[in-house]
Amino acid sequence: MKAQRPRLAVWKFASCDGCQLSLLDCEDELLTLAGAIEIANFPEASSLILDGPYDLSLVEGSITTAHDAERIQMVRQQSKFLVTIGACATAGGIQALRNFADVDDYIAAVYASPKYISTLATSTPISAHIAVDYELRGCPINKAQLIEVISAYLAGRKPSIAAHSVCIECKQRGAVCVMVQGTPCLGPVTHAGCGAICPSFRRGCYGCYGPMETPNTAALACEWQVLGATPRDIARVFSTFNAAAEAFRKESKAHGG
Amino acid sequence: MQHRPDGGTKAVISREALQQLIEALSAENCRVLGPTVRDGAIVYDEIAQVGNLPAGWTDRQEAGRYHLERREDDALFGFAVGPQSWKQFLHPPVETLWTARQGDDGISIATDRSETPIFAFIGVRACELHAIAIQDRVFLDGPYRDVTYGMRRQDAFIVAVNCGNAAATCFCASMGTGPKVDAGFDLALTELIDATRHEFVVEVGSEAGGDLLDRLPHRPAANADLLAAEAVIARTQSAMGRRLETDGLKELLQANLNHPRWDEVAARCLACGNCTSVCPTCFCTTVEDHSDLMGSSAERIRKWDSCFTLDFSYLHGGSVRTTASSRYRQWMTHKLASWIDQFGTSGCVGCGRCITWCPVGIDITAEAAAIRATPQSRKGEPHGGT
Repeated sequence: MKAQRPRLAVWKFASCDGCQLSLLDCEDELLTLAGAIEIANFPEASSLILDGPYDLSLVEGSITTAHDAERIQMVRQQSKFLVTIGACATAGGIQALRNFADVDDYIAAVYASPKYISTLATSTPISAHIAVDYELRGCPINKAQLIEVISAYLAGRKPSIAAHSVCIECKQRGAVCVMVQGTPCLGPVTHAGCGAICPSFRRGCYGCYGPMETPNTAALACEWQVLGATPRDIARVFSTFNAAAEAFRKESKAHGG
Repeated sequence: MQHRPDGGTKAVISREALQQLIEALSAENCRVLGPTVRDGAIVYDEIAQVGNLPAGWTDRQEAGRYHLERREDDALFGFAVGPQSWKQFLHPPVETLWTARQGDDGISIATDRSETPIFAFIGVRACELHAIAIQDRVFLDGPYRDVTYGMRRQDAFIVAVNCGNAAATCFCASMGTGPKVDAGFDLALTELIDATRHEFVVEVGSEAGGDLLDRLPHRPAANADLLAAEAVIARTQSAMGRRLETDGLKELLQANLNHPRWDEVAARCLACGNCTSVCPTCFCTTVEDHSDLMGSSAERIRKWDSCFTLDFSYLHGGSVRTTASSRYRQWMTHKLASWIDQFGTSGCVGCGRCITWCPVGIDITAEAAAIRATPQSRKGEPHGGT
């Protein structure tokens, strides 16, 4: 079986590397993973880079440069099955805030020598450029979900990953709803996957996993205002790691964001 | 569940005897569970002593709102119901049904049922007894008995409590499910507390309950004790915060499947599924199959599901209920109407949890009343699927 192991590649685009690190963070499963799949191209883990094509590609990060817009085409051409991982790759990431501002202003504010920076005016998800076979959400992704996606790929089955609200996970773990106790929470409109980490620590969800399958952001924003949130609060909370995800962008804009 | 009424024996025990009751159940290797304060709410969790109970706390509830307040006394059961129900123990949110392993001798399938605990529930309310009875019908009646539910349920020892408080979201009185407990318990307590005493009238509901009471210090209930207990229940009955008119409700809802109110409520509904999670009778589950990286083991996991998710109605090619209005309608008409067709009773026990724990405060009693106020049609119209 090992002689015919599928070949894995991990690619980085505009991102913080946190999602790739989730793969390295799979300590207990890492050796098993290396036995089940040939890690052929994973620069963050090994300087040994084998040529494509690859059976499975994991793509982290968004497209923010002309060079990357070309490079992602090459990645697609070399990949039989391509999975994007994390909020940058699936929604454009926090860097998509540039989409709603003048990117030159950002460059001038951040870099000492803006003249060295060559970038696009937008940060876009991988799916805006190529066909994507599966998207795994999160900022960062949940490593157990990553193992589930890879295990499902190897078995030729559908990953068991829910697209419903965080609330269902929150109740499954027995946490007490913070929103009903007065703390604004994005859980009802946010895609499950984290296991409701923040509400279980008595914090409101802030939407790392992006919009759930049918997000009623307008109704939630209305209730946030009842709880004392200002339009600015609402515009900002929908403008984080998944700022460019359509449902969140729309709600942010409706409150002046 | 083999409760044999013991002639309705009634006695009075002290707070100290309640401690002995907890100890006696623990000594019988029961997992003793009851109300306790955690995370600003009264939840159900392990109870080692009376001191773990929420003495002196009460809950203030409204649609989409819940908080705790101090009482003026030290009542142990001076609150209504919290975010959780006993469902989480009898019908756990996540359950591994089986695991399969590929070995040298082929595939072996194992079901681990060695850890089934014997539950002792302290403080089960009348609405919750009805909810347990409803889930018993769902899981245990008919030809397809749910084995693991049955194992968790069969030896569960139930100490019920007659409610001394009704929340603003309570409507058990109009559902005929409370506030007085009537059946399905081993022992039932009514808390009597004032400046002069803190005692509990105990009613025996089963042989096991009678046996346990015999081992506790107690005195026969005097007429005055029984009258005081009746007064507690009567006071709660008259303090119901909400009401649901059930007369003709099934026919009304089933005749109004295209009422504009479904779209109005859908504008507010988050489809988050909180109502179904907190409902003590909602029983739907999904099943997930997981395989490991090497393809050498697999497991089947059952999880609580919700009719508010798209996957819930996913048939070949897509979801049947794509709109929030179709999903809210499915939930409410099942709960209040087609549940009667299916199981012979309403699926609602009037506990009010779906009202309190809806993040936007959608109120099932208000939704039903709105449709009753403006019925659109008398005959059933075809289901608008989406």
